[in-house]
Amino acid sequence: MVKVIVLADQCKGCGLCVRACPKSVLAISKSHLNVKGYYPAEVVDQEACVACTACARTCPDVAIEIEK
Amino acid sequence: MSLKLMKGCEAIAEAAIQAGCRYFFGYPITPQNDIPEYMSARMPQVGGCFLQSESELAAINMVYGAGGAGARVMTSSSSPGISLKQEGISTCAAAEIPCVIVNMMRGGPGLGNIQASQGDYFQAVKGGGHGDYHAVVYAPSSIQETVDLMPKAFDVADEYRTPVIILADGLIGQMMEPVELKENPNPVLPEKPWAATGYDPNGKKPRAVLNSLYIETEDLDVLVDRLHARYEVIQKKEKMVELYNTEDAEFILCAYGTVARVCKAAVRLLGEQGVKVGLVRPITLWPFPSEAVHDAAAQKSVKAALTVEMSDGQLLEDIRLAVNGDKPVEFMGKAGSIIPTAEEVAERIMKMRRA
Amino acid sequence: MATIFKRTSVLTDVPFHYCPGCGHGIVHRMVAEVIEELGIRNKTAGVAPVGCAVFAYNYFDVDMYEAAHGRAPAVATGYKRVHPENIVFTYQGDGDLASIGTAEIVQAAHRGEKITTIFINNAIYGMTGGQMAPTTLVGQKTTTSPLGRSKEHCGEPIRMAEMLATINGAAYIERTALNSTANIIRTKAAIKKAFETQIAGKGFSMVEVLSPCPTNWGKSPAESMDWIAENMIPYYPLGVMKEA
Repeated sequence: MVKVIVLADQCKGCGLCVRACPKSVLAISKSHLNVKGYYPAEVVDQEACVACTACARTCPDVAIEIEK
Repeated sequence: MSLKLMKGCEAIAEAAIQAGCRYFFGYPITPQNDIPEYMSARMPQVGGCFLQSESELAAINMVYGAGGAGARVMTSSSSPGISLKQEGISTCAAAEIPCVIVNMMRGGPGLGNIQASQGDYFQAVKGGGHGDYHAVVYAPSSIQETVDLMPKAFDVADEYRTPVIILADGLIGQMMEPVELKENPNPVLPEKPWAATGYDPNGKKPRAVLNSLYIETEDLDVLVDRLHARYEVIQKKEKMVELYNTEDAEFILCAYGTVARVCKAAVRLLGEQGVKVGLVRPITLWPFPSEAVHDAAAQKSVKAALTVEMSDGQLLEDIRLAVNGDKPVEFMGKAGSIIPTAEEVAERIMKMRRA
Repeated sequence: MATIFKRTSVLTDVPFHYCPGCGHGIVHRMVAEVIEELGIRNKTAGVAPVGCAVFAYNYFDVDMYEAAHGRAPAVATGYKRVHPENIVFTYQGDGDLASIGTAEIVQAAHRGEKITTIFINNAIYGMTGGQMAPTTLVGQKTTTSPLGRSKEHCGEPIRMAEMLATINGAAYIERTALNSTANIIRTKAAIKKAFETQIAGKGFSMVEVLSPCPTNWGKSPAESMDWIAENMIPYYPLGVMKEA
C-alpha cells in the first residue's frame, strides 16, 4: 500500500506533479482553496500509485511526502 | 630597539602579519604593488594565504568570504582600485565583517597618475559606497606610525565588526624609513561565534548567516540601529589626534598624512622667525577628532586656522565643521600630486599675518 | 508504513517564496538532499546570489553567505581558503553568473578553486521582472527585448558549461535540465558528482541546470517544462562537458 501525502497548504497548485505522475494519481483540486489561496493538488486515485516518487521529485515546494 | 630600514608598503604587510593577519587578497596597481608582492612571499612562511584576485572588486569579495569565515584578512589597493571595492566595502559594513583595507592614494581623478595624493578623503571618510555606513579610517604620517596602527586596525575591526581603512598617501608606501617592528609570532585572536566555521544543528553554535539583505523595512531598521549605536561608541572611544605646538599658538595648521610632516617643518621655520604656529593632525579621519580641532583653533591666541592638503579641499570641510565658525579657516592646497613645501606653508602663514 | 520520500533536514522549514512551478525549489531540494546524503552538512557553507535565489540563506540549514551580485565565487574562494577542509557551494542564476559575475566564475574555474557551483539557467532575469539575460534565446521576448532577442543587436546566448569546460581548473562540468522526471534524477546525480569532485579536491565543479520560469516566460508550469525541451535543450545540449 502506498500513501501519497500532499501538504496542501504548502502547495502552489503548479500542476507539475499531475504532469509527472504516470498513473494519474493526482489532480488539481477544483473545490478546495488552501491557506495561500491556491487550488492545491490532491490524491484522486491512491490505489493506482506505484511509488515511483516522480511527483515528489518534481514538486518545486517539497509539498509531497510518500509512505509505503 | 631593533630598527630596520623598510619600505612603507613592505612594513605595512609585515605589520599586518604580526597583527595576526593570515589572509590577503590583492591585485596589482601602483603605488601599492609591494604590499601584495611582499605578502605573496611572506604568507606561506606563516601558514597564511596570499591570493591574487582577478580584480580589486573580486578581492574585496574574497575578503568578505574570509572575514565572514572568522579570519583576520586584509586587502590593499590604490585609488582607482579602491573605487572598484566600494560596493564590497558597503557590503562588509552591512554584513558586519571585520577587515582591513589599505588605500595607497595616488593622483586622480580617473587614472590620474601614480604619484602621491590625498584626493580620496571623502571616499574613505564619508562612505564611498552606497548607503549609510562608516569605516574607521586611520591616516598615518610615517611608516613607524603605520606599523604601530596595524594591530590597532585589526583589533578595532574585530571589536566593532567593521571595515577599517588605512588611508595613506603614496609617499608613505614608497618611502623607506627606519622602523621598529614588534614581533608577535602567535597573536591571540578574539572569539568569533558569529563566523561561518561549520554548523552542527545539535551543537551550541548558531548557524552563521553573513548577509546584508534585509528585505523587510523593520528588519533593516534593526540593522541600521545596531550600526548606529556601534558608531556612537566608536565616536566616543576611538578618536586619535596629534597636537603639535598648539598651546597659545597664533595660527593653527590642520593636515594629515605626509602633508602634516611638511607642516611640522613649517612650524619650525616660523618658530625661528618668532611666530608661534601649531599643528592639529587627525590620525583617525573617522571618527573625526572634532573636539580637539575646535579647542585648538578656538584658543584666544589663535587668529585663524589653515588647512593644508594635497586635494581641492576635503579635510577642509571637516575642519570647518569642527571649528564651527569660531575662527576663520583658510585653505591651501590643490588637487593632484604637487607636494607643498614647508617654505610655501610658512610664507602663507606670514601673508595671513599681514592681512 | 515506512517513509520513502520526505523533506530533508538540510532544508529549513521556511516555505520557498518562489513562483508556482519555478525550478529553484526543485534544485534547492536536491542540493540539500545531496549535502545530507554525503554526510557533509556540518562542514558545508553556501553562498547565495542576487536574483530569485537571493533568500537561499533562509532555506539551506547550513552556514550561508549572501553575496553581492555576481560575486559568489569570490566569496566562496575567501571561505574555502580559510576552511580548506570544509565544503562550499555557490548557488547562482544566469544573470548573476553569466552576466555581471562572468569574471568571477571564469577566474574561480581558472584557479581550480575547490568549490561547487549550482548554476540555474532559466534564460531570463527573474527577480527583477523578466529582463533579457545573456542566456536569453534569440527571438525570445523579454521586458528588455520586447520584439525578441536580436542576434544583430546583442549577439547570441552564452553557453557557460562549454566555456568553462575549456578551463583546466574545471574538474567537473555538466549541464542538465528539469523538464522531465528522468532529467530531474539526472540533475541530482550531477549535483552529487559535483560535490564529490570538491570532496576529492579535484578542482572546480559546476552543474548548469536548465530551469523553468513560468511567471516571466508567460507560460504555465507544464508549458514551461515543454518549452525547455523544445527550445532550450536544442541550444543548450545536455551532458557532461568535463570530467577530470
